[in-house]
Amino acid sequence: MTVSADEVALYLKRRARWSPFEIAFWIFAFATIWLFPGKYLILKDTAILALFALSLDLILGYAGIISLGQAAFFGFAGYFAGLVAKYGIINEPVIALVCSGLITAALGFVTSFLVLRGSDLTRLMVTLGVSLMLGELANRYSNITGGADGLQGVEIEPVLGRFRFDLFGHNGYVYCLIVLFICFVIARRIVYSPFGLSLRSIKGNTLRAAAIGVPVKWRLVAIYTVSAGLAGIAGALLTQTTAFCSLDVFSLERSADLLLVLIIGGTGYLYGGLIGAVIYKFLQDWLANLTPQYWQFWIGLVLVVIVLIGRERMAGWVRIVRSLLVRLGTWLMPRLPALGGAAPDGR
Amino acid sequence: MLTILYDGIAYGMLLFVLACGLSVTLGLMNFINLAHGAFAMAGGYCTVFLVNRLGLPFALGLPIAFLITALIGGLFERTLYVHVYARSHLDQVLFTIGLVFMSVAAVDYTMGSSQQFVQIPEALQGQFEVDGIGMGKYRLLIIVICGLLTVALQLILAKTRFGSRLRAAVDDQRVARGLGINVGAVFGITFAFGSGLAGLGGALGAEILGLDPTFPLKYMIYFLIVVTVGGTSSITGPFFASILLGIGDVAGKYYVPKLGAFVIYAIMIIVLIWRPQGLFARGAAR
Amino acid sequence: MRRWFFLGAACAAAAALGTAGGAQAQDVKIGFILPMTGQQQSTGRQEAAAAKLYMAQHGDTVAGKKVVLIVKDDGAVPDNTKRIAQDLIVNDKVTFLAGFGVTPAALAVAPLASEGKTPEIVTAAGTSIITEKSPYIARTSFTLAQSTVPMADWAAQNGIKKVVSMVSDYAPGADAEKSFKDEFTKKGGQVLDSIRFPLANPDFAPFLQRAADQKPDAIFVFVPSGQGGIFVKQFVERGLDKAGIKIIGPGDVTDDDLLNGMGDAVVGTITAHFYSADHDSPANKAFVAAFKAANNGMRPNFMAVSAYDGMHLIYEALNKAGKTDGDSLIAAAKGMAWESPRGPVSIDPDTRDIVQNVYIRKVEKKNGELYNVEFATFPNIKDPIKAAVAK
Repeated sequence: MTVSADEVALYLKRRARWSPFEIAFWIFAFATIWLFPGKYLILKDTAILALFALSLDLILGYAGIISLGQAAFFGFAGYFAGLVAKYGIINEPVIALVCSGLITAALGFVTSFLVLRGSDLTRLMVTLGVSLMLGELANRYSNITGGADGLQGVEIEPVLGRFRFDLFGHNGYVYCLIVLFICFVIARRIVYSPFGLSLRSIKGNTLRAAAIGVPVKWRLVAIYTVSAGLAGIAGALLTQTTAFCSLDVFSLERSADLLLVLIIGGTGYLYGGLIGAVIYKFLQDWLANLTPQYWQFWIGLVLVVIVLIGRERMAGWVRIVRSLLVRLGTWLMPRLPALGGAAPDGR
Repeated sequence: MLTILYDGIAYGMLLFVLACGLSVTLGLMNFINLAHGAFAMAGGYCTVFLVNRLGLPFALGLPIAFLITALIGGLFERTLYVHVYARSHLDQVLFTIGLVFMSVAAVDYTMGSSQQFVQIPEALQGQFEVDGIGMGKYRLLIIVICGLLTVALQLILAKTRFGSRLRAAVDDQRVARGLGINVGAVFGITFAFGSGLAGLGGALGAEILGLDPTFPLKYMIYFLIVVTVGGTSSITGPFFASILLGIGDVAGKYYVPKLGAFVIYAIMIIVLIWRPQGLFARGAAR
Repeated sequence: MRRWFFLGAACAAAAALGTAGGAQAQDVKIGFILPMTGQQQSTGRQEAAAAKLYMAQHGDTVAGKKVVLIVKDDGAVPDNTKRIAQDLIVNDKVTFLAGFGVTPAALAVAPLASEGKTPEIVTAAGTSIITEKSPYIARTSFTLAQSTVPMADWAAQNGIKKVVSMVSDYAPGADAEKSFKDEFTKKGGQVLDSIRFPLANPDFAPFLQRAADQKPDAIFVFVPSGQGGIFVKQFVERGLDKAGIKIIGPGDVTDDDLLNGMGDAVVGTITAHFYSADHDSPANKAFVAAFKAANNGMRPNFMAVSAYDGMHLIYEALNKAGKTDGDSLIAAAKGMAWESPRGPVSIDPDTRDIVQNVYIRKVEKKNGELYNVEFATFPNIKDPIKAAVAK
């Protein structure tokens, strides 16, 4: 049974339509600017983490490349953005952001050949090794990077000449949220395209994909490059909004946290990183406020419980609740003619 | 500098004892157990408690640490890990990292966050001078114990019935089950034994690597490096990998201290590019 | 549809946290940002305990206002520190920020202190330049140079001619190496080699070997507290003490928090530092006793006394200034002098950094426990790096 190109195009067009949930999600996301004025800082951090997780989702959820090395790109762009701002090479933050993304994508392209071969574990370790090595390099050249003290003297010009990043974090958050949205739209476009479909086939069965003529290697290189660019943009955002960059952008903790975020939220549907970021960040913040010294224990417990219960069971609970609500609705509607519900027997 | 070679071998052997349990678990059960470092830490703290607080002799503290950690490992395996075997690797990562967080915080709560020092007996302090090579006594102990363990493990694998069952289960679980091998029991015993070894490694290593609640997070990467470079289908793979990494790390730091930790990551990346399945993996289907 | 379950949960979580906590306008809040988890967690633990002890001893009312202590964990990650500090300034409206377990944390918060006009009391980080980054920063801990320069002086005066310097490869290590080398060579000594090892270093063996091969009189060592014990143990394991090589360095190597566990191998190590739990003064005896009583027998170390003095500075500044705006408080803090458990201290009005005695101590066994016993004093040391620039 062959599928024509038209059918594929129609399928993609249908899938690519924005569902009401998605629209609601983004409306709520932008509404947070006005709803939670006291929480700009943690929201901004969440937005950056969400973008970072999105970049991992592209390679992990869609192409099946497991990587602990996204921090390499995050940190590389972070230092790049910090350095160009510090030495006045690029003063306008938006241009600096785009440049950071591009140069990090180039780094991704160059290192992509490392992840093409080997098993999951190999890729995990190679990517991790690269990010740790970059961290060591940053420490070595501390005369440029500031070493363990972090990059000092970074001053960020106001965005578009008008919006300065201040103590209260309002402009910083809006900036990050807009960038997140734009990157999300780009990622969505990529995913709901023939290119994106081919990635999924590669993830499903690499050998078969190659057999039907998908240029596996180049597709993987391409998505890895894009993902590196997005991770770089996230890193540059962090440096720009905090006017600071230090060695722990390359740390194992950052990569590991990222993986946790994505696993919590779920891979392969783009929103996993965003949702996981919100859950993880707010959970961590709440627990850390409760017990500054032992919050790690409770987060660990939550993770263990999530895995033991299993998301299928949780989804089952959601289904039960939903069906109850639907039943309630069907029972309720005819008994409220004021709401315009038709009577059951057409009276 | 032969002293450096000696130090490197000792360090490598320590890494091997710590990491071989992980390698076997990964190879056997295809289970990524990132909480392996937590078992090592448990062994270390056991020994600290037994030797420092209860006053047991060091020679007794080591085997007891092994036993206790093996018991804990077996217990966890039967009660917690069993539920997670069938899950995806990602879920396993989440689960084991959760366990690590819990163990780090729990140890912090009960034993405090400071570095722990094991009181090693007088006989093990200092070094021998043999032909101009300074050989640390404690490191000699490490080399001897780890060497014996390696030989014992290899013998178990190659010569005993359990060993052949284990190898069969590693090669192909389904067929092994089909032949009547109780794969679940093999898993349980192997996991317990691997955790026990980790505990022993933690106890031995406290003197060299230090011991504090953040031990699992700090050293997990080294274990992973050993396992990845060595491959997961044999004991000899991780053994040679650890020796290589141990010597490389120590020699690199001696001759080019500026590069420091760089060397170990560079070795790993180079090996993995050259041979993605690890140095000694047989062409396994996985 | 499981995705939307999570979406709902996320929104609920966000909404639940949108509610702000109730705040009293008359309260004076102190935001202590400490590493309570991660590699530096012992610092956080000591400092939080000391701050709480001070409050328990001196009550929670100062100058007619209620004092509230808020402790937050940054895990020694500067991004976290910055965000937490911003949160404390903007949402909790703290009067003081304090703590900062590592230099990058203190540096990251400096611009916030300036912008928010909030005094930043550094009670842990030790790099010299920190106090220069904002006029609102005052320090009650120490600078590395304060310990290393007297160490170099003492070494030169006491027959140590050739030294190999070994430090951890990060900013405080570099500070220590430089300030020791400059002073030691000025006083006629010779630094044979400067070795740096990675901060997260599992094994000192190769570096020790390299140092030993050059046959120095002493090894000057600086490692973050926690690694000191391992270093000394490996030093002894190699027989370097029998070869006549001494260990000298700032007191981080023989941290009181860990000293007892290090074993007899460390007896005889000579260090220079501003605080020893053994310091012989009534103030210190009382402090150590109270600290141990409140914390299960845990011995206070130099981090604890820094936090204790930080709280003292805060209380006295509030008393003296009478007002709670940043400018008055910092002005009140400048020049303040008092008797701390460590000895006499004051805040230098020009640099806002701490001026204190530095003692040369030797590790000895007293009553079955190991202590750093002071035997020489270098009084009223200002931070040498800034002092040299000022000249």
